[in-house]
Amino acid sequence: MTLLTASKVKHYFGGLCAVSEFNLELQAGELMGIIGPNGAGKTTIFNLITGVYRASEGSIQFRGTELVGKTPHQITALRIGRTFQNIRLFRDLSVLDNVRIAHYAQGEYSPLEALLQIGRYQREERRIIDNSRRLLAIFHLEAMAAETAKNLPYGLQRRLEIARALAIGPELLLLDEPAAGMNPNEIDLLMEFIQWIRKEFHLTILLIEHQMKLVMGICERLKVLDFGETIADGTPEQIQNNPKVLEAYLGEGPVG
Amino acid sequence: MKSSALIETKEWLAAQRWLLPILILIGFGLAFAIPEYGLFNKYVQLVMMYVGINIILAASLNLVNGYMGEFSLAHAGFMALGAYTSALLTMKVLPVAEYPGLFPLAVLAGGLVAALFGLIVAVPSFKTRGDYLALITLAFLMIVKSLIENIDVIGGPRGIPGIRKLTTLPWVFFWTVLSLWVIRNFVYSKYGRGVLSIREDEIASELMSVNTRRVKFLAFTLSSFFAGIAGGLFAHLLQFISPRVFDIIKSTDVLIMVYLGGIASLGGSILGATVYTVLLELLRPSTVGALLSWLPDMLFDPLNEYFIRHLGVWRMVIMPLALVLVMIFWPRGIMGLREFRWFVPKRDLDAHQHQHHAERENPHDASHRQ
Amino acid sequence: MSEGIVYWLQQLLNALQLGSIYGLIALGYTMVYGILTMINFAHGDVFMIGAFFCFLAAVYLGLPFAPVLLLTMIGTALLGVAIERLAYKPLRHAPRVSAIITALGVGIFLENFTLALAPYPKHIPALLENTNWNLGGVSVSSLQIIIICLSLGLMFLLDYVVHRTPVGMAMRAISWDKTFVPLMGVPVDLVISVTFAIGAGLAGAAGTMYGLAYPVIDPYMGIMVGWKAFISAVVGGIGNIRGAMIGAFILGGVEIFVAAFLPSTYRDFVAFALLLVLLIVRPYGILGSPRIQKV
Repeated sequence: MTLLTASKVKHYFGGLCAVSEFNLELQAGELMGIIGPNGAGKTTIFNLITGVYRASEGSIQFRGTELVGKTPHQITALRIGRTFQNIRLFRDLSVLDNVRIAHYAQGEYSPLEALLQIGRYQREERRIIDNSRRLLAIFHLEAMAAETAKNLPYGLQRRLEIARALAIGPELLLLDEPAAGMNPNEIDLLMEFIQWIRKEFHLTILLIEHQMKLVMGICERLKVLDFGETIADGTPEQIQNNPKVLEAYLGEGPVG
Repeated sequence: MKSSALIETKEWLAAQRWLLPILILIGFGLAFAIPEYGLFNKYVQLVMMYVGINIILAASLNLVNGYMGEFSLAHAGFMALGAYTSALLTMKVLPVAEYPGLFPLAVLAGGLVAALFGLIVAVPSFKTRGDYLALITLAFLMIVKSLIENIDVIGGPRGIPGIRKLTTLPWVFFWTVLSLWVIRNFVYSKYGRGVLSIREDEIASELMSVNTRRVKFLAFTLSSFFAGIAGGLFAHLLQFISPRVFDIIKSTDVLIMVYLGGIASLGGSILGATVYTVLLELLRPSTVGALLSWLPDMLFDPLNEYFIRHLGVWRMVIMPLALVLVMIFWPRGIMGLREFRWFVPKRDLDAHQHQHHAERENPHDASHRQ
Repeated sequence: MSEGIVYWLQQLLNALQLGSIYGLIALGYTMVYGILTMINFAHGDVFMIGAFFCFLAAVYLGLPFAPVLLLTMIGTALLGVAIERLAYKPLRHAPRVSAIITALGVGIFLENFTLALAPYPKHIPALLENTNWNLGGVSVSSLQIIIICLSLGLMFLLDYVVHRTPVGMAMRAISWDKTFVPLMGVPVDLVISVTFAIGAGLAGAAGTMYGLAYPVIDPYMGIMVGWKAFISAVVGGIGNIRGAMIGAFILGGVEIFVAAFLPSTYRDFVAFALLLVLLIVRPYGILGSPRIQKV
């Protein structure tokens, strides 16, 4: 089953074409990677999918629902979770609250019920707390529930960001450079970790990465971007031997 | 050790949550008893009512300026809308002379009108943040004030004199407790956490499914609603309102209470409003004179004379200076980002506590087994 | 000339006078915002202090116009630097709101401190002989000409300083980037102090000229004039020096012409309504450019 489709998506910043003719078909359960040099438009694609930017042209569909024109919270509520290239936790809030906030769309009570503490309010709040603590326990962050997010060490902040993204109950998870700032050892662990959450939470994953080791190690399919254009598409083996990709990464051969 | 004993006492006290409702009940009893039996003189009663009204103002402004992290200067404008609405109702529409019980209706109506305008101010906040939003709220305040000045039917620049004195200590106590309770419920709901997340990172907040527009609407509406309530109480206590009463200075007063007490803290707002109001009263010449009356006449007379002449002005020199010092040493206010634990729902306190659950599967263990 | 044209020319002259005073103050707002992205709410009160310095120099020292202007500018410049060093510098890395609150606090302090020392409005003596000319029905006073010319002169001088001198280059560099510019050897603290000194000095000049044009001064005079100057800066595009001047003349014009048609109580209303509309429609002002938020 196709979960996410992007067809002929274009995006301009002023006159600059950041993404041109982006096409994508992501099957449910797949783990796909988008790679490309800096400034190739990778994060822009995540921002287009999640509605941070509105695509200038083209269509993006999730389970047949058009995403272009929807606000980020509407898109997120359709169960698309994401992380950020540079960690964007709610820094001054507790670890628990970081995860609780991501339950916003799932909490089923009205403002009036909240203000007067009536109706579904208590039950729903209870449920949000239970689910948040369950997630924290899975990610071994339970002991730090009361800790302020900014006080966590870098590695735990990355982990919390993933826990927070999972709190929205995603079917599709977008990981933006999850291996940034990690050494080869940590990358090995991260690869196992991504495989594990994929299975445990039945996720379809789309990830952006620079680290070839990670991408080649776990992605089933890759898409290579350069200057907003898709220059290659295929399995890691196919990509590895594609001359266009080598050119984009290493530049053209010596010309004088 | 003395300090650990102190901490223990504090912990013990924090755990005695049942005290809060009892204290509120006692407070209510006192609010009736004080004017009835004249337990304090009229002046002290008046100051108590101002403290209550200022707590409502500070707590409601804290919602936007502290919890949401925006900078609104419009609070005096919302207060004015509430004050004018309720005053016109009790003077022209509601027969409060026969039925004083109608007074809360007038106050409520003032709150609703203010809330309606709060909705309007919320709209620009969707696109604008920070300094520009602060300016929009300033422009709103100035426009409200200027409009009132130019509408002759409601007194224009002369204002409305002769408002009935309907605000009493029990009413102030009731509205203060009610507003704190409602704001506290809001803050500890998903909407309140949405407000916090907007302060931290608005885009990340949207991407964590928070409907930021809705949350902003709610925060602005609730904040202006209670500013309107406070305005209604204020009008029926002062018995005279004019556009001048609700100028930028009034907004600044409330800002000082919020930032002095601490952002994103109801306990802080109570502290800030109380300290600021009481301190300003204490620095009145009559109070200082009374405090110094034990001095020998030779010293007292010249000092007292000096205070009567100049203290009124100097206290407005000391207060902003104190504010600047607080900002430099406590940029978030005395209780910034911390809360009086009795106000935090039990559920929230427990959830942050570390409990030993049955060991769950560890992501890494699980993957190692592969 | 027909009566209508005479009337409009007269109003235009008044607008120029008001606009040049707003402009001198607006420059201080816009410079500080440009360099620290901070609204210096105390700036209007520095202008007020300028008027009082002018009063002191004229009455107690009995000086003529030129030294009065110079002393006032030096005095307010020092005040500006003192405020920056004592109140704002400790907060440079604190939450932005703390700086705004502090600025509000400093403003209230200056107002009430002045009030404590000078409880009654003061009257500034005429420092310049005022001659009135009648040019085809339009009455032009030498005072007006001096105010307008001096203000324009100072504005062009500042424009020169900012765009053509090393100090100006350092200012512009810091307003673009605060992380790497210091690494290039630009003394950030010094440049920020100089910025405050220039802004406050210009406000002092504005205070002096305001005192000459409207000789009764009081401690609260800076509030509304300050806000108006600030609106001017926003109208022109805050952070943009030429924009502040243009904005000031636009606002001066709008105010004078509103006062010509409507009761004077509508002046503030129109000024703030203008601000509101502008902030919603074109928040970056006439000469400013929109900032793109990076995600």
